[in-house]
Amino acid sequence: MKREEIIEKVNEFLVEEIEIAPELIKDDALLKDDLKIDSLDFVDIVVIVQKVFGFKIKPEDMGTVKTLGQFYDYIEEKVK
Amino acid sequence: MRRAVITGMGIYSCIGVTLYEVGNSLFEGKSGIGIDPVRKEYGYRSPLTGIVPKPILKPFLDRRLRSCLAEECEYAFMATKDAFQDAGIDTDYLENNEVGIFYGNDSSAKAVIDANNTIVEMKDTMMLGSGAIFQSMNSTVTMNLSTIFKLRGINMTVSAACASGSHSVGLGMMFIRQGLQDMVVCGGAQETNYLSMGSFDGLSAFSTRVDNPTAASRPFDASRDGLVPSGGAATIILEEYDHAVKRGARIYGEVVGYGFSSNGGQISQPSDVGCEIAMTRAMADAGVSVRDIDYVNAHATSTPQGDAFEAMALDRLFASAGTPISSTKSMTGHECWMAGASEIVYSMIMMQNSFIAPNINFEHPDEHSQNLNIITKARKQQLNTILSNSFGFGGTNSAIVIKKL
Repeated sequence: MKREEIIEKVNEFLVEEIEIAPELIKDDALLKDDLKIDSLDFVDIVVIVQKVFGFKIKPEDMGTVKTLGQFYDYIEEKVK
Repeated sequence: MRRAVITGMGIYSCIGVTLYEVGNSLFEGKSGIGIDPVRKEYGYRSPLTGIVPKPILKPFLDRRLRSCLAEECEYAFMATKDAFQDAGIDTDYLENNEVGIFYGNDSSAKAVIDANNTIVEMKDTMMLGSGAIFQSMNSTVTMNLSTIFKLRGINMTVSAACASGSHSVGLGMMFIRQGLQDMVVCGGAQETNYLSMGSFDGLSAFSTRVDNPTAASRPFDASRDGLVPSGGAATIILEEYDHAVKRGARIYGEVVGYGFSSNGGQISQPSDVGCEIAMTRAMADAGVSVRDIDYVNAHATSTPQGDAFEAMALDRLFASAGTPISSTKSMTGHECWMAGASEIVYSMIMMQNSFIAPNINFEHPDEHSQNLNIITKARKQQLNTILSNSFGFGGTNSAIVIKKL
């Protein structure tokens, strides 16, 4: 899967399912402070990523993932 | 003594989703019963059910709030939103005043079954998502409504089978009388999905009159063959009288009496004595006599046993006075955990508009109902004092008396 396709799919579920305002979707947006993704949202994102990308996010892997750009990187690495 | 009055109501039911729609249905004797074909495939004896529309929540609630709502909470949200609006209570009021909640609910079967199915399929509890736990608990309605409306008073679900909604109103009244709260959200919610009623159907308690669904629920009629499950939600805003007057609220009526009892018998066995004790206590609490009651909204669900035992109690108390009686379950089906609250809303709509809703499908009395004044056609009549009955499995009984002010 190409990075552009990953970005498109992630942005789509963040807007459609997590209901994040489209104007907040930027590479350097902080997941917690800018996108307001809390621990409960994260549980839902784990479920969506499993359905969309076919792997399960390990909570311990997310320690270094702070921005949306880093989240794209993480998914890209996992789906390789 | 501090007095508890009704200043707001909201209803989401199979006979309408606004007070106006429901009022028309009650006056016209319109049934909300239909057939759910999925129930037959699933193994039910009876596919009959109240047909309740799915609420559209997105205009009112964000994803986080919606994701925690089980079906019965969706109904309860719609009813409560409308009840607050009806009472003239806005977000400013809720942010600056302490409001409590006692709400009747006694299952969240679909949420539990769906979660179980996901775990069985995925072998991973994280695949349930964040909302499953908040949908699955019995207190799902009160935990969600108190979060959505930012309630900061008493916060508790009342689980008392088919008397849950009625007890919630009784308890709300007591908290107001005691000076513990000035405003309490009371009500009852009932899920209507096919997963929620299979075990009840398994007792052969449901009518199988599928050839004519709107004639299936026939409380007190000699040919009744069981109840029709139904649901939705009803919300009643209870408020301390002086508090209501001070803020210029419209007052529908005063909850003047709450009576309760427990049969102490077999788990599904109704009791005429238990019913009579609850009604007698409610009237004593209200300081009224049998002849002061202008209308009884009966619990009668259309089961052979249940209606017979309630009829025996009603006969002893109300037959000689000729008190008008009807069971609105003839139109709505049995709204179970919601019924005690919705039937108070139905009765208040009647009081407000001076009519008695009919007990449709009552064609031939049996030996127990033959002396009762059961109303079969809508009747224009002023109602000053009403009594509403609710009884449930385990022998829990509740009766509420309400007076017009």
